[in-house]
Amino acid sequence: MKAAVITFPGSNCDRDLATAFEKAGADVTRVWHKDTALPEGVDVVGVPGGFSFGDYLRCGAIAARSPIAAAMIRHAERGGYVLGICNGFQVLTETGLLPGALMRNAGLKFICRGVDLRVATADSAFTSDWAAGDVVRFPIAHHDGNYTADPETLARLRGEDRVAFTYLDNPNGSMEDIAGILSANRRVLGLMPHPERAVEEAQGGADGMGLFRALLGGMALV
Amino acid sequence: MKARVHVMLKDGVLDPQGEAVKHALGTLGFSGVEGVRQGKVIELDLAATDRAAAEAEVRQMCEKLLANTVIEKYTVEIA
Repeated sequence: MKAAVITFPGSNCDRDLATAFEKAGADVTRVWHKDTALPEGVDVVGVPGGFSFGDYLRCGAIAARSPIAAAMIRHAERGGYVLGICNGFQVLTETGLLPGALMRNAGLKFICRGVDLRVATADSAFTSDWAAGDVVRFPIAHHDGNYTADPETLARLRGEDRVAFTYLDNPNGSMEDIAGILSANRRVLGLMPHPERAVEEAQGGADGMGLFRALLGGMALV
Repeated sequence: MKARVHVMLKDGVLDPQGEAVKHALGTLGFSGVEGVRQGKVIELDLAATDRAAAEAEVRQMCEKLLANTVIEKYTVEIA
């Protein structure tokens, strides 16, 4: 599997994400926000956490209009896989690849700690290592993770089984406890918690490895 | 030509920052504040000379970047 991990000015989880993909056996290329194309034959694009462009205007807004984001959107529209974590999730909503928006945490505080998540669906290449209802623990570290969408969008996400993860104890006010969602073709996942920060026991837990393992094993050819 | 864009959260979208400001005003003794909504003002210096064309272009800027129309609404003033 070939993975490309994007770095924007202000990304700070790009190395962790690249390391997690490598640990799962992927061949990883790092790409820069000014690049206009992804490397040939890339299967999955990783959009990392951080504070791209200093969170100016809105979190992820400038990154979503960068040259590499246009290449990522073309990749997704061709049926390619995309994994957006934290700021990466914000970028994906700003591009429109995923619906809704991530607003300031309801408590207004930056929250940095481990949280328990329920795997809401096992029906995706990202979550097939688990059964629906399984509980996993990933760290969160965000100020703007409060998932918001209109009632029609929420109903559609629910009806199409596109909620990937929910919080057991909602830390940020997200509607319906949503921590991560899938695109309609189930090949784009955005989530606020950080699976790439939970890939070794030395990090306090390795639950996140399940996501990367599943992705490598379960990905259909693009 | 100058343009001024006001970006506000849509009605009905909870504004946690506005709520915090309202609470702080209450703490300062301003007891009559019934609601606070916080938004952004963006000022643009434009080379355009045609008012209608400038407004149309700024509206496109709002749709494409300046506002996230999932949660925000905007108004455009050309001065």
